[in-house]
Amino acid sequence: MSEPIIELRDIEKHFGPVIALAGVSLSVHPGECHCLLGDNGAGKSTFIKVMSGVHQPSKGEIRFEGAPVRFADPRVAIAAGISTVYQDLAMIPLMSVSRNFFMGNEPQKRVLGIPFFDHDYANRVTMEEMARLGIRLRGPDQAVGTLSGGERQTVAIARAAYFGARVLILDEPTSALGVRQTSNVLATIDAVRKRGVAVVFITHNVRHAHAVGDRFTVLNRGRTLGTASRGEISPEELQDMMAGGEELAELEGSLGGTV
Amino acid sequence: MTDTVQDERVKQTSKLRDWLMRPELGAACGTILVFVFFLMIAHDTGMFSPDGVRNWMVVAAQFAIIATGACLLMIAGEFDLSIGSMIGFSGIVIAILSVQVGLPVWLAIICAFVAAMGIGAFNGFLVIRTGLPSFIVTLASLYILRGLTIWLSILTTNRTIISGVGQAGEGDWLGAVFGGVAFQGLFQWFADIGLLDVYTSGTRAGQPLVQGVPMMIVWAVALIVFAHLLLTRTRFGNWIYAAGGNAQAARYAGVPVNRVKILMFMFTAFCATVFAAAQVMEFGSAAADRGLLKELEAIICVVIGGALLTGGYGSVIGAAMGALIFGIVQQGLYFAGAESSLFRVFLGVILLMGVILNTYIRQMITGER
Repeated sequence: MSEPIIELRDIEKHFGPVIALAGVSLSVHPGECHCLLGDNGAGKSTFIKVMSGVHQPSKGEIRFEGAPVRFADPRVAIAAGISTVYQDLAMIPLMSVSRNFFMGNEPQKRVLGIPFFDHDYANRVTMEEMARLGIRLRGPDQAVGTLSGGERQTVAIARAAYFGARVLILDEPTSALGVRQTSNVLATIDAVRKRGVAVVFITHNVRHAHAVGDRFTVLNRGRTLGTASRGEISPEELQDMMAGGEELAELEGSLGGTV
Repeated sequence: MTDTVQDERVKQTSKLRDWLMRPELGAACGTILVFVFFLMIAHDTGMFSPDGVRNWMVVAAQFAIIATGACLLMIAGEFDLSIGSMIGFSGIVIAILSVQVGLPVWLAIICAFVAAMGIGAFNGFLVIRTGLPSFIVTLASLYILRGLTIWLSILTTNRTIISGVGQAGEGDWLGAVFGGVAFQGLFQWFADIGLLDVYTSGTRAGQPLVQGVPMMIVWAVALIVFAHLLLTRTRFGNWIYAAGGNAQAARYAGVPVNRVKILMFMFTAFCATVFAAAQVMEFGSAAADRGLLKELEAIICVVIGGALLTGGYGSVIGAAMGALIFGIVQQGLYFAGAESSLFRVFLGVILLMGVILNTYIRQMITGER
């Protein structure tokens, strides 16, 4: 297998007296979808914030392409090719799809020496990219607010990939979505992975993880419970690891099905 | 190609609906309405003679200058309630430096711009660093600046009105940029060929009644064009929308939100100082109580122009039309001989209508209706 593009070793993060992460390790290879699973409060959000440069780790090492790095702030991480798509903060509803797609990466063309936003180019690329994803727009100036939640996640993922993300961190992209929208987003993740992007997919839904994941890492109470490859572990086992086992099994018995 | 496939769930919208969703719609309707209204009731009062048009155009231009700054700032998601105090402050700074201290007027004006934009930057910095709503921070600046302005004026001259800027500014190049008139030659030519009325007696016999376009109007047009192009046609404009639409999402996308917001506070201060400089050069005096309530009037112009109070959406052209409505109504009531306090009634009513219309438009944009 190829070298991991990003590797985090024994990451600890303390907020004053609170130990949010007590030793988490994870590595991601290009073209791999690595699922990070954990229940609420397991430390998933803190961990991805360390990975994307929002927080500095208290202890531990981050290696990017084999070399130790320190991401002082998110812009450094973005410049290195690490993009994060946040569930609620992926897009700005009042702005058009085209303006959202190029937000922070606006194409420019000079007219009389003055750099102007190249709307023609932005609109054309947006329409092409949306067509590839199967999202039909009335026009590039349609407001993002009119898109469904799944479409917004899809656009955000496509945007990150388009602008050269090499590591794509997805923070619970499917947790608020319906069945159909979820499968669209999962299909987009698969397409992005096939282009060689390393995907870190954060979720607490084992079935979503199992649908696209190559490897699975489970977090519980700030620690890594272990990493398993696809085929080594069943969805039920993952579910048990996440929830801490027996109580859930009992509950499932009384409810008569998988939670 | 994309256009050949249609999603059966996405309803095709008519051109009419697209047009109805433009932010400027309300202001455009309002402009036409007040025009027609005053054409009917005040057509024989001189309101639409060249002199009358200049009269209300100058008032509209005053509103437009501050509304332009307030508009970009509001789209960037912030308010500035200190615009009015800033107008008084900048005016007094120009007067004290030129009349009391004896600096050349151009230098006094530049100092006023530097001081005002510095205060604007400080407002922005406080809002960013404290995370407090700009409403509160600039409400504090409103009082602090107004108090300082009156105190400075009393301290140096023992009164709140400083005159003599007119004499000090005679022949000053920058003073003329704010207080003079443009296109004088063109207007003289209009008068010569009989298009404009001329003075028939006195020292100015033969000169047109309206000598040119007051610089207040030139500044208003220039600022509107600049702000409109900046907002809709540049990368920075996209950042303004993004910063106001959702600051955190914009930050995640790499937009320097703090820089955008602070620059917009500075631009608002710049506009307030343009207003102050033009007013001081026109009147030849400065008063510490100038600009009272202007911040609210600027915000009303912007809201009538279709901007959302919550940021992220709006139009400079709309705000300019809001300013035009104000100019026409305020001066129109005067021409029509109506009670001028009715202007405030009008302000309140049109503000309410504007906000209701905007809320409705936003729901249409985001697909809630």
